[in-house]
Amino acid sequence: MRDSKSTRLVFGAGSVVLALALTTAIIALTGNDPIAAYRNIAQGAAGSPNVAANVVVSWVPLLLVVSGVLFTFTVGLWNIGIEGQITLGAIFATWAMRLLQDSAMAPGWVIAASIAAGILGGVLWALLAGALKTFGGVNEIFGGLGLNFVATALNLWLIFGPWKRPGVASMSGTLPFAERLWMPTVSPQSRLAPVPLGLALAAIAIAFTLLKGTYFGLRLKAVGRNPTSAYRLGIPTWQHMMLSFALCGAFAGVAGAVQVTSVYHRLIPSISSGYGYTGLMVAMLVNFSPAAAAPVALFFAALNVGAIQLPIVLKLDSSLAGVIQGFLVLFVLVGNGIRTRLLARRKGAL
Amino acid sequence: MTGDALLFGLSGVLSASAPLLFGVIGETITEKAGVSNLAMNGMILLSAMGGFAASLATGSLALGFLAGAAIGAAVAAVVAFTSITLKQSQVAVGYVLAMLCRDLAYFLGNPIMGMNGPRLTLLPIPGLSAIPLLGTLLFRHDIVTYASFLLIVAAWFYMERTRPGIMLRGLGENPRAAYIRGANVHRQRYAYTIAGGAIAGLAGPIYSLSVKAGWKGTISGLDGIGWIVLAITIFGGWKPFRAALGAYFFSLLQWLGLVLQPLMPNVPSQVLQVAPFPLMILTLLLVNVGNAEWLERSLARLPEAVRRDIARALSALNATPPAALGVPFDEDD
Repeated sequence: MRDSKSTRLVFGAGSVVLALALTTAIIALTGNDPIAAYRNIAQGAAGSPNVAANVVVSWVPLLLVVSGVLFTFTVGLWNIGIEGQITLGAIFATWAMRLLQDSAMAPGWVIAASIAAGILGGVLWALLAGALKTFGGVNEIFGGLGLNFVATALNLWLIFGPWKRPGVASMSGTLPFAERLWMPTVSPQSRLAPVPLGLALAAIAIAFTLLKGTYFGLRLKAVGRNPTSAYRLGIPTWQHMMLSFALCGAFAGVAGAVQVTSVYHRLIPSISSGYGYTGLMVAMLVNFSPAAAAPVALFFAALNVGAIQLPIVLKLDSSLAGVIQGFLVLFVLVGNGIRTRLLARRKGAL
Repeated sequence: MTGDALLFGLSGVLSASAPLLFGVIGETITEKAGVSNLAMNGMILLSAMGGFAASLATGSLALGFLAGAAIGAAVAAVVAFTSITLKQSQVAVGYVLAMLCRDLAYFLGNPIMGMNGPRLTLLPIPGLSAIPLLGTLLFRHDIVTYASFLLIVAAWFYMERTRPGIMLRGLGENPRAAYIRGANVHRQRYAYTIAGGAIAGLAGPIYSLSVKAGWKGTISGLDGIGWIVLAITIFGGWKPFRAALGAYFFSLLQWLGLVLQPLMPNVPSQVLQVAPFPLMILTLLLVNVGNAEWLERSLARLPEAVRRDIARALSALNATPPAALGVPFDEDD
């Protein structure tokens, strides 16, 4: 066996087949029809122009998040706190919106200011996790998770406290912004907005360029591979870690701001919707390579959107999408392990 | 609050800590052997659902617990295989399994959601439970809470007082030395990872058959517990008694959050429920900051008397993980 493109392809295809086989077995085990479930997901993701547009709407934050975690992964960090960074982005964006919505500023500028505020929120929250890691020795996974819970609490407190709807506060979120402050969509009926899509595509392009084409990307990689030797080679280690946290937080902040300004037009309790956690899975599945991130993120978004109808039509839980995604990433990891093991054995035989 | 309410509250804190203790001791054993099982969060959800489903189907509580342990062991076996044999990143495998098992629990548990099922009954210990104060506090629990008390002592005894327990420490601290002394590092790491997974897997049915009886899907309130368990393991410094202290402290905080709720009507209940999480970050900061270089430098500038006190306090809190935690071991090197 050689370490060629085709072996990688075979292992990749094998992982997909195994993941689907296992998911199929599990659906059948629960006494349901796997084909019906898959057909329902496919229809829910591509059955009409409307649902297809929803897939793209859901692709936008996911792609932003994946672009962000590519930086933290490259420098060797697990930015699980990204979920909270999205939330803070959304909170800051809402804050800017509330401050400016009654001003004489043109709607375009208000939305732009709101997204800038979102970036600020995401960056601040990411730097907090980064500071805990680099100066406090708190593993970024636990610091990040803790900060995620704090962000959720802060969000709920705002929705039920200072920013509650006139009258009674509710789980449906804050009062929607005036319609002129909604991000423009391709048509009045559609939820698809071109500006966020452009931002997401720009984000992945930036990630690709910086990581694959610059010395900065190379330095991040060096720190990720071996912080001690990178430091001895004169690369300021903690500064690069903080910088990658900040970049990741910025993209997460944009994602949060997009959810507020373009999708919900208000702040809702579960504003981050698990995009951060799913984004980490996508980055792992593509083995941290920016080139494959966009199509895989689209596929994950399609699964998530496609599964929404499952509980209504087939009485199946929509977490089936997560099951498929989880098996996929797991088998890709296992496949990588087996491949390197076989290659090592072959090398040993020579 | 009356004395009785306080006593019942504290007694409730002890039983609410039982699942945390099983999780934390299970993870401590796993990490002592040099493997970290980050799948905990999904594992507890899946074993809670599986344990409840099993005892619902069979009517047997014992089979429910057995199912929970089996699920924990199975998930741990996947962690062991991918990280020990295939040498993949333990963080990556753990994270994927944490997500996958959580979604599996919600998907498979959908049909039994909200059903009434069997649950453990209280088992007051005759005689002892009649002691004033202590009787209510310690001897009016169900069997799993008593088991959690015993588990702490048993884990301490095994790790500190027996020969295989000392060897276990070697697996995580210096696997090379353990290997030279004749230990089969891979096989023992497998064994301890799976055993630790089985113990931690019991945490699930302890929730679904006792502490929070039933399975309620995403509103079961169990999502996040596994991450807390992992944080308490760090706080516990890989020592059973200190880990137990961490678990009790966390449950106490959660209970305080509930008790204090009526006193603060302006604060939404969700906010107080998450209050233990920032405290968790703070404790991890206190536990870890002693290892930071910049702190040593700034401490050196302080007057000697102050410096000594701070340094002593920090070193008492400080915890250092097993040296080879997460590092794959290669017998051929």
